[in-house]
Amino acid sequence: MSEAIFDEMGLNNQEIRRAYHGLRDWLKETPADILALRREEAETFFRRIGITFAVYGQGGDPERIIPFDIIPRILEAAEWRHITAGLVQRVRALNAFIGDVYGAQEIVRSGIMPADQIILNATYRHQMQGVAVPNGIYTHISGIDMVRVGLEEFYVLEDNVRTPSGVSYMLENREITMRLFPDLFSRHAVAPVDHYCDELLATLSSVAPRNCDRDPTVVVMTPGIYNSAYYEHSFLADQMGVELVEGPDLYVMDDKVFMRTTRGPKRVDVIYRRVDDEYLDPLAFRADSALGVAGLMNAYRAGNVNLANAVGAGIADDKSTYTFVPEMVEFYLGEKPILNNVPTYRCADPSELKYVLDNIGELVIKETHGSGGYGMLIGPKSTRAEQEAFAKRVKASPDKYIAQPTLALSTCPTFVDEGIAPRHVDLRPFVLAGQDIRVVPGGLTRVALTEGSLVVNSSQGGGTKDTWVLKD
Amino acid sequence: MLSRSADNLYWIARYMERAENLSRILRVTDRLSLMPASAEGVEEGVGNEWHSTLVVSDCEKGFYEKYDEATAENVISYLAFDPDNLSSIRSCIDAARRNARSVRTALTSEQWESLNSTWLELSRLKESRLRGGGLHGFLDWVKERTLMFHGSTVATMLRRDSFHFMQLGTFIERGDNTARILDVKYHVLLPEHAEVGGGLDYYQWASILRAVSGYRSYHALYKKGIKPWFVAEFLIMREEMPRSLVACTARVKDCLDELAEEYGQRHESHRMAGRRYSQLRFGRVDDVFRRGLHDFLEEFIDQNNKLGEEISRSYLM
Amino acid sequence: MSMRIRIFHETTYTYEEPVTYSIQALRMRPLDTAAQRILNWTVEVPNFGIVTDKRDVYDNALQMLYIERPHQQIQLRVSGEVETFETHGIVATAGERFPPRFYLRQSELTEPDEAIMVLAEKAQAASDKMPLDLAHSLMSHVREALDYVVGVTDVATTAAEALANGSGVCQDHAHIFISAARHIGLPARYVSGYLMAGADEVAGTQGEAAHAWAEAFIEDLGWVGFDVANRISPGMAHLRIASGLDYLEAAPIRGQRRGGGSESLDVRVRVAEGAGQQ
Repeated sequence: MSEAIFDEMGLNNQEIRRAYHGLRDWLKETPADILALRREEAETFFRRIGITFAVYGQGGDPERIIPFDIIPRILEAAEWRHITAGLVQRVRALNAFIGDVYGAQEIVRSGIMPADQIILNATYRHQMQGVAVPNGIYTHISGIDMVRVGLEEFYVLEDNVRTPSGVSYMLENREITMRLFPDLFSRHAVAPVDHYCDELLATLSSVAPRNCDRDPTVVVMTPGIYNSAYYEHSFLADQMGVELVEGPDLYVMDDKVFMRTTRGPKRVDVIYRRVDDEYLDPLAFRADSALGVAGLMNAYRAGNVNLANAVGAGIADDKSTYTFVPEMVEFYLGEKPILNNVPTYRCADPSELKYVLDNIGELVIKETHGSGGYGMLIGPKSTRAEQEAFAKRVKASPDKYIAQPTLALSTCPTFVDEGIAPRHVDLRPFVLAGQDIRVVPGGLTRVALTEGSLVVNSSQGGGTKDTWVLKD
Repeated sequence: MLSRSADNLYWIARYMERAENLSRILRVTDRLSLMPASAEGVEEGVGNEWHSTLVVSDCEKGFYEKYDEATAENVISYLAFDPDNLSSIRSCIDAARRNARSVRTALTSEQWESLNSTWLELSRLKESRLRGGGLHGFLDWVKERTLMFHGSTVATMLRRDSFHFMQLGTFIERGDNTARILDVKYHVLLPEHAEVGGGLDYYQWASILRAVSGYRSYHALYKKGIKPWFVAEFLIMREEMPRSLVACTARVKDCLDELAEEYGQRHESHRMAGRRYSQLRFGRVDDVFRRGLHDFLEEFIDQNNKLGEEISRSYLM
Repeated sequence: MSMRIRIFHETTYTYEEPVTYSIQALRMRPLDTAAQRILNWTVEVPNFGIVTDKRDVYDNALQMLYIERPHQQIQLRVSGEVETFETHGIVATAGERFPPRFYLRQSELTEPDEAIMVLAEKAQAASDKMPLDLAHSLMSHVREALDYVVGVTDVATTAAEALANGSGVCQDHAHIFISAARHIGLPARYVSGYLMAGADEVAGTQGEAAHAWAEAFIEDLGWVGFDVANRISPGMAHLRIASGLDYLEAAPIRGQRRGGGSESLDVRVRVAEGAGQQ
């Protein structure tokens, strides 16, 4: 892999991009020990407010902080407009697709997608077949993971439309940056993100069931304090001024949902649920789930409550469905996709499987139903032995894997032990869909803190950056 | 607010109150056990101070499943540190902190920091360091920390439903505790054949008063020395004594009234609390003794529990 | 050829302590198919509950029973009269929501293990590979592999667990058949209903009239029933109530409650043949 890596600041070709001039100047003025001090202050801040995230696969500290890199990532207004247009188009297509899956399945009838891709897919929730949802929206909150390989080359890596997380980091990163670097911040015209929670509440309220004739009651539903993203659930509920509930706080009576309050039962209209489909309702899904509400699906099907994101939205979150998204844009919207997919090989297809196994050293192979970066092989970074072991797994169940070429992810200046150095980044913008579709300016930039590493996932040691979208 | 949140707050308060009461009882018992000889009329074994402490804290059954003998070492271990004992000081603080994590946004930062730092320190303590001379230091530390938490609650919490639920927990627990201390000690100290008002070991009576931090207060109100009859009256019917049964019931009633005001709803628990308060407020200690102190206290404990259950039913479920 | 059946089925749940909240999903009402015509049917529920009458995603009749008042007993009474027809196991329901291949989905209860896969492949090898013969071979092999014994399994027993046990009841026979069928590419589903007592060797006892069997999708014939426990095709003594991917989706009653302590169950069933009084 010898392609040139695109550095977003321009560090590697000595020509600093315009958007980064302010940062360049400021870094020249600011000594390294001040930067180190600020980094410590950031960590203290995060620890004090308790923004922890439990790390999987390690015996360690359940109160771990995700590392925050103090150098912001800066995007220009024009490039953001392009991204936004692409995201809005993509989310429209995804919603149309999900509606079609649980409706007439025209995309199957047309021959574009084989029926099995849906009906035999683990993320397909047959309990949603024929169920109408308010405004036809299934993905109220989407986190569309993107990467950049060149000045104008953006790819979508993954569509997260089940229970995407990271918004609280986006907001707290902005908060801490404004506090620690008011002078740097004020030199730039940065589009604000602080109103996110207001927008989120407005989005959720706007999709209350049609028969709701009062001010809709919105709640955030969490699996509880032992969930790794609990901080975010609690944060969002607090910022929106709504109750944070767990399954046992709710119950269904006469196909309607109520919450148990000290004033007696209170009707619930919209549930922003951060509990997976499987655990939502022991009478419809896993019977042993103590995290859900018995009969919730009945209330949902009866149109007496709405869930964000919709049950069964995961059919669009699946890596094998991902390969069809460009076709969805054309099929449902009659448009050409603005944002491209990463070229993807489906191991379920015999000829594509052969290509994958022949080129295993150059590809990234992922599980179709995995998440968080596990169950993945990064070809160029793996040993012969690792490749052989992984190839065996793929051959055993090919339909569980897809492969993509390794991308030369862009880099951004990052404050590491050696000073300011480029590190690979990706981007997770957040898209809200209610009465209309809005993209929050910026989103979450994830950075691989180790030199040369492409793994940005927080659960495997990545960090985050504040992301700035400059106004024109 | 969510019933579960209110329930968590209620129990945080109860657990912290329980931990405080337990530390007080243990200190008194420790002092008493150092006294030479037993009192006149008190049989050996029956008057075992450590055993009676188990009865007061309602931990008798669990203790004897684990240990054969109520020695100082065993009882202190069981009541202060044993995680298997859900009412031990350690378990109470663990449970309070666990509950607090779930309702963090309902607590002030002072409350959370007070509770969290207490828990952190406790988790670092080694039981072995606290034998003998270390015990008093530990008990003082528990009293200080629980009082600090209570203080932060009263000083910083907004006077609304969340505050009232915590107060309810505190006073239901406190009333229960005072009744038990009086019942067990009095019962132990006054064998059937002895007369009320007869000569008994001064230190034993003083111990009841110290266990409820009422030694000086008693003397401020009753100038003629310690008499069992007056001790009972002091702890049951004097509203000036903050740990008395009538004072605790009054506070419970007040909290319920505040909640009724805030929510615009009254429940069976309001009726119950009102009735119990007036029974105590307008009762006479002669009637208590005519009926039998033990019976009276047993009924109080039972009714207090029922009131707690009714409060649960009305708000916390 | 037809038969008239009258059924009376009373289920009583009694609780040690008061139950403060109860939600129950009832699938107790049969629908017309080519093999059965419902003449009259009532499901009586406690009058202190609220009932909503719907269809589930498979179009099974579904009643949701909600009780918010403290109670210590729930009694459900099902009674009705139906006319059944001989169709040699061929089921033609009013409408199918899902294409046959949907029923290749395995659920937690039917996920096959090594033993089930081996059993399936063995049955396949012993057949002429055509779907109908394959299904009969499966039925036979499954029945052989599992003795009918009451009380060793329960409603949560998976197909794999039951097979490992070597014995079970009609629910287990059906689950293993379904698991095996799906593994070798034959769509199959679970059916719950009644089998009139005395019709066959297995369901002969009073109170055992509640029965479970399977259906497999056979090319050119459509859905065909297989009463694996009895090793027959469902006939006029079978009354089909609900179907789904597994027991949980077709169960006559499934729910949750708050409080109650331990639960005891009492069942009374009367099944009679011939026309009766109104």
